[in-house]
Amino acid sequence: MNERIIIETVDLKKIYGMGDIQVAALDGLSIKIRQGEFVSVMGPSGSGKSTLMNILGCLDRPTEGQYILNGEDISGLDKVALANIRNKQLGFIFQSYNLLPRMDALENVILPMVYQRENNLPSEERQEKAMAALESVGLTDRAHHLPKELSGGQQQRVAIARALVNDPVLILADEPTGNLDTQSSNEILELLHDMHERGRTIMMVTHESEIADHTGRVIYIRDGKLDADRLNGKNAKKMKQKLRETMAATVSKGGEA
Amino acid sequence: MNIREVLRVAWKSIFSNKSRSILTMLGVIIGVAAVIVMMAVSAGTEATIAESINGLGSNLLFINSTLTRGGMGKDAQQGGLVFDDVEAIREQVNGVAGVSVDQNASDTIKYGNVSLESISIVGTTADYTTVRDVQVAYGRFFTDQDIDRTTKVVVLGSTVAEELFSEEDPIGQSVTVGTTKLTVIGVLAEKGLVSGTSFDEQIYLPITLVFQKFTPSQFAAMRGDHVRTIYVSVDEAYEMDDVILQVELLLVQRHDVTIETADFTIKTQNDIIETQESTTESFRMLLGWVAGVSLIVGGIGIMNIMLVSVTERTREIGLRQALGARPIDIQVQFLTEALMLSLVGGLLGVIVGVGGSWLFGEVGGMRTVIVPFSIALSFTSAAMVGIFFGYIPARRAAQLDPIVALRHD
Repeated sequence: MNERIIIETVDLKKIYGMGDIQVAALDGLSIKIRQGEFVSVMGPSGSGKSTLMNILGCLDRPTEGQYILNGEDISGLDKVALANIRNKQLGFIFQSYNLLPRMDALENVILPMVYQRENNLPSEERQEKAMAALESVGLTDRAHHLPKELSGGQQQRVAIARALVNDPVLILADEPTGNLDTQSSNEILELLHDMHERGRTIMMVTHESEIADHTGRVIYIRDGKLDADRLNGKNAKKMKQKLRETMAATVSKGGEA
Repeated sequence: MNIREVLRVAWKSIFSNKSRSILTMLGVIIGVAAVIVMMAVSAGTEATIAESINGLGSNLLFINSTLTRGGMGKDAQQGGLVFDDVEAIREQVNGVAGVSVDQNASDTIKYGNVSLESISIVGTTADYTTVRDVQVAYGRFFTDQDIDRTTKVVVLGSTVAEELFSEEDPIGQSVTVGTTKLTVIGVLAEKGLVSGTSFDEQIYLPITLVFQKFTPSQFAAMRGDHVRTIYVSVDEAYEMDDVILQVELLLVQRHDVTIETADFTIKTQNDIIETQESTTESFRMLLGWVAGVSLIVGGIGIMNIMLVSVTERTREIGLRQALGARPIDIQVQFLTEALMLSLVGGLLGVIVGVGGSWLFGEVGGMRTVIVPFSIALSFTSAAMVGIFFGYIPARRAAQLDPIVALRHD
């Protein structure tokens, strides 16, 4: 197993409220995620998993504790530095896709490159890179369609291409299949498996254990603390196998029809 | 995010909300157009005034009678300019090219079967052609001798000559003005309308003849014939001040008054232009305020719609932040949008303003001169309004918390 650590949190705390009434959304959470891992985060609502994802996504800062992302302690960084980290190191996949409605698929994928501060690419290279990202999610022929002209599954695939385009060290997916039907969900899971096989580190929040079963490791959070952390390697492989068989069947059926 | 992209995003956002953007820009459009139109109208008016005053002749001094000097009865009639002053100025002041005086009347002119009603009669002196800058087309103008002898001659304006004589040669013909028979000795060249006076529709008589036959005065026997304005044409511009001083001293002496109690005023063309300008100036100030208020209202409109836009696009802002946009990136984006709204509004305002000025000129019959400065001024003000009123919404957008923004719906 690869020993490079992508995420390390040390006694992470996030405390809301002031004075006497204080609520700890995270109450001393320590986890380590290695490069190439595909991890699910589960927990009931209010467990603190959203807060954790926000902090891991550099959208929020912990009240106490340390967060080391790809070897860099980022717990004390300011807004601008965090924006930089999000741009360079992280790829987000949201439940509701969050594509900009007035831009076509290609422009949406280009967006993260627009906010790059180093190695600012010329426009043609951006287009090429975005096109390559769209190709990896199988949507080259939809590059110039607006989000409203795409199905939910296709929109989520555009969002995945957007998450990949800046070559991040970590992909954060927040219920990526939450708004999708089974067929589209399978497509998205298949894509996540592909990314994982190519060495991406993926962290996915879900409340469906069926979905979580696809990942090699599942972390359970309860009351802001780590509840359980179990490996699921064998199971995940089986799930992946089954998924690919189902997909192949659907595709051949679709082909005949 | 480079400038081109910022501009593209801003343009897209404005363009995808066309009707809303246009309504937002309306205040700015009206403000900018108002500035341009009002400056064009007042510049046109000023140009007309300046031209008509300059059209009177060059290096002209206007000496006006101020008759009502103190007292009642006998005293009241003593002041003012008289015809003899004309002669005195011509003879005793150095640097004078010509002195002219008008005494106006109105009567019917007849030749054969043709008769023209209420024709303006200008009683004047031989220097009229020099002082008022008119040319004689046929024949001659009357001379000092004609004045002295009160010769019964007349010079016709070109339109009058045409209407009375059409094809015939008027020189030497006899016409009847009122009840007096006069010999036509000349016809003036066309001059057109200057300062509200149509030179072509008047007839010109020796002033002494007008005093005698058309405006007899009961006071003439005492001090001579009163005149209202004496026009003095000065040889060279640099002699103006000197001539003013000489005329002042001469008239003070002749009228037996002091400078303080003088019964006349002396003005130059510039004095008159300045007086006219000061009246248009206050008019312009008023319109300037109207335009300024309109721009501010337009700016508030922009701020309003930008605040709405920030709220509507909260999710987009959150997403952009998640993808790595710094607060300054967001701020620049919204500021650019506000600025673009105001600049496009400004541009449309310039088009409306220039078009409006043209329309006022063509259809409204007003004279308008488009002032480039007004375009620059109004456009810059529009830009400043955009930056000023766009700042608060842009700042609000930049300070959104990405977590809250992403969850917004």
